[in-house]
Amino acid sequence: MTSLYDEVAPTPAADVPTRRITLNVNGEDRTVDVEPRLLLAHLIRQGLKMTGTHTGCDTTNCGACTILFEGRPIKSCTMLAVQADGHNIETVEGMASASELHPIQEGFKEEHGLHCGFCTPGMMLAAKALLAENPDPTEDEIRWALSGNLCRCTGYQNIVKSVLWAAKKMRAESN
Amino acid sequence: MALDEIKIGGLGASRRRVEDNRFIRGKGNYVDDIVLPGMLHMELLRSPVAHARIKSIDVSAAWEVPGVRLVLTGEMMAARNLAWMPTLSYDTQAVLATDKVRFQGQEVAAVIADDPYIAKDACQRIVVEYEQLPAIVNPLQAMAAGAEVIRDDKENQEGNKVFDWEIGDKSATDKAFADADVISKMECHYPRSHPSPMETCGSIADYNRATGKLTVYMTSQAPHIVRAAVAMVAELPEHMIRIVSPDLGGGFGNKVPIYPGYVVSILASILLECPVKWIEDKTGNLISTGFGRDVYLQGELALRKDGKILGMRMKTISDHGAFYADAQPSKFKIGLMHSTFAAYDIPAAHLFSTGYYTNKAPGGVAYRCSFRVTEAMFFQERMIHGAANDLGMDQAEFRRMNLVKDDMFPYRTAFGFLTDSGQYGKCLDIGMKAIGYDTFQAEKAEARKRGKLLGLGISTMTEPLGAGNSREYDILGIKMFDSAELRIHMSGKGILRTGAMNQGQGHQTTWAQIVAHELGIPAEDITVEEGDTDTAPFGMGTYASRSTPVAGAAVAMVARKVRAKARKIAAHLLEVSEEDIEWELGRFYVRSNKERGVTIQDCAMAAYSNLPDGMEPGLENNAYYDPPNLTWPFAAYFVKVEVDPETGVWDVLKVVAVDDCGVRINPMVVEGQIMGGLTEAYAMSSMQYQTYDEEGNCIGSNYMDYLLPTAWETPGFELYEVVTPCPHHPIGAKGVGECATVAGPAAFVNAVVDAVGHTGVRNIDMPMMPNRVYEALQTGKDISGMPPVKMGD
Ligand code: FES
Ligand code: FES
Repeated sequence: MTSLYDEVAPTPAADVPTRRITLNVNGEDRTVDVEPRLLLAHLIRQGLKMTGTHTGCDTTNCGACTILFEGRPIKSCTMLAVQADGHNIETVEGMASASELHPIQEGFKEEHGLHCGFCTPGMMLAAKALLAENPDPTEDEIRWALSGNLCRCTGYQNIVKSVLWAAKKMRAESN
Repeated sequence: MALDEIKIGGLGASRRRVEDNRFIRGKGNYVDDIVLPGMLHMELLRSPVAHARIKSIDVSAAWEVPGVRLVLTGEMMAARNLAWMPTLSYDTQAVLATDKVRFQGQEVAAVIADDPYIAKDACQRIVVEYEQLPAIVNPLQAMAAGAEVIRDDKENQEGNKVFDWEIGDKSATDKAFADADVISKMECHYPRSHPSPMETCGSIADYNRATGKLTVYMTSQAPHIVRAAVAMVAELPEHMIRIVSPDLGGGFGNKVPIYPGYVVSILASILLECPVKWIEDKTGNLISTGFGRDVYLQGELALRKDGKILGMRMKTISDHGAFYADAQPSKFKIGLMHSTFAAYDIPAAHLFSTGYYTNKAPGGVAYRCSFRVTEAMFFQERMIHGAANDLGMDQAEFRRMNLVKDDMFPYRTAFGFLTDSGQYGKCLDIGMKAIGYDTFQAEKAEARKRGKLLGLGISTMTEPLGAGNSREYDILGIKMFDSAELRIHMSGKGILRTGAMNQGQGHQTTWAQIVAHELGIPAEDITVEEGDTDTAPFGMGTYASRSTPVAGAAVAMVARKVRAKARKIAAHLLEVSEEDIEWELGRFYVRSNKERGVTIQDCAMAAYSNLPDGMEPGLENNAYYDPPNLTWPFAAYFVKVEVDPETGVWDVLKVVAVDDCGVRINPMVVEGQIMGGLTEAYAMSSMQYQTYDEEGNCIGSNYMDYLLPTAWETPGFELYEVVTPCPHHPIGAKGVGECATVAGPAAFVNAVVDAVGHTGVRNIDMPMMPNRVYEALQTGKDISGMPPVKMGD
């Protein structure tokens, strides 16, 4: 049989029920055949081959799989791929343009907001959702907004600084 | 004119990290990101029970699942002599269980299938019949007369003891106690903790029958050790094994040992002749892979009335789980526990350690720690805290009186270590000022009026890093040196490879800074590679804060070798003799005429295009570095807490960290390491631990019960710096990755105990959850997190 993840597999195996879904990923429509039980995180990683979204737990605790779903941060390990049918999602791969990093990405580099980098895509997307709603957050507001994302390396202080750095730059840019 | 070292990203530059460029774009390359053509997926079936005889395993239903390619059991491993493998501590560990399962989560069978979902489905269809045995979940049960022998597979194993080990001068210590005015006692349990990097373990084994070569991409902090072990276990020739560690999503010691999953994936790839990927789930990682700590600590200090410490004796009983798989230098059975009190001037000391098997996961890894140093320093600082109180002395002054003074170096500790540098008193002063030590008592009284209890905790220590010199440090006979190779291309840019293995420390950035410092080549012109045993020089990997002390020293040494050759080339280019040449950063010049010079880049070009007669072309070299001594960073941590007596909840008001880790290569990275370490210290003191119920079920098997602090709980940190260069390290660095995890926990515990000390409480075992603190306040009694363990005589 073919892999469950192949993008529009030519002949889905007879014994595996699949559903065809279309979702918009980072501004581009993608049509895929998926098994109904397939997790969105796995579709993104294996099917769409965008490995910037990580999985770090089995219990919806770590947030390494955080993506934006219609602009809201969600844990993509806790949503089925079929639930994303017809929706817009954004992953870390959609943050930078060809020539320019997103200010949040710059902030993380500037303020040493990452060590191993495993939590980073999830952290940055959670931060992006925060800044979209609250362009001038306090340190506490940032800590609260990121409290669904675990980091084992940094101790968070520099992550908070990274987000503050980005917020400042984004405010300056929008003025 | 000499170059500006900071501008070229040399020593001391807070250079932004090179590796970030890929991570912030989601373009890291972790093992689960790698996809090889024709790759199959493996899932492990784990034991649901802690101790049981396996009566039967029926895999037939698993084979029936469409897409299943192979089902492996212990019996099939045994037929290939692979049912057991050696551990890093001269014990054996089951790869797939044959006779018994010995801990919950032990690997019992494996399914290899087209897809991970199918492999999981099929695993669930394997039927294993277990005959349950009593589970032994702590050393007390393990040592009880008539206890079930866990390791009945081992010949001559009576009972459940792993080892007895002792060090120090017992009679001198006994004498010190006989002479003491006051004897201060302490007892603690350092609970089991799991390093729990965000990324779990995993591997992709790719055996190529045509070439006979086995390539394994895997999550290893020590790829060369893995290659040696695989050569031993799989009986493959070493040159036919290539271990590649790609980007690691954290390690913290968890990714040093060799796990059954790696071995099974290798066999599966050999049998199926295609790549086999195994990615552990989080529960698998938490319940089966290398944990840290789980030690019962009991000790006494012999004190003179005026506060002088005359002697120290302690006992440890450690719980090693079902297999003795500690990852540590082979000579030392309980790691470097005997580094305890290395910062203090104590004439006599004695340590007696016993280890036991239990029905728990094996491990005892150096969890962000230089081999049990975390337990050693934690207990030291708990004992110091208790002793100062017993004497009625001020915490800081008691420490100052007994800490080794600046003019006493080199100082031989009672256990035989040689500490060589430090300014302990200065660090103490800086920390006291920053935390507001002088005004604290007034603050405390003030808070009392509001019904709150304030506490201040101090923890000071020096720890041994950079294992280690070949006289004493080896793992399974392999000496613990490390290595670097540097090749400068004709344009003056270059590539550096080391035997270390980055897991977030930023080696790609910082190693290049050492080269920049030694050669004046801008850091951005140096590529750094690690983790591929086909290309990297042999090294022992990254753990126990050994990268900077050992591999980092090798980087400096290889750069110096390259500079020595460049100097000869420079003499040729400048048409003077070598003796007439001087060096300044990035440039050789003629002593008598500073204007006449050539850059390192000129020399690089000449190495390929214009050499003196008879000189071997090229500009490259390697260095293997055998450190003459360990390195000894010092840390002084201060924590201020507020306890709510109504609930036992405590809040951190302030954390001050004063670190002297010698010369800082990249201050930004150093501070990042310290803050990461402090967070783990806070985690262990407040919420993070693993325990087991009486049936041997692991409590803390996922992130719902294994609590890691988020950004919300984690306090802020104030960092201070003192620099005492290491006298024997080529650039004076000492290493820093673990200081805060090692010395931090005691500062938090001392603070909370200080806050509740008026009730007579001397100890609250970690984690100090509100219920424990509340109970301490209510009862005025110590809170033990352990079952009562008899420490013997
Ligand atoms: S993988 Fe941990 S929350 Fe999704
Ligand atoms: S940077 Fe490693 S988990 Fe956050």
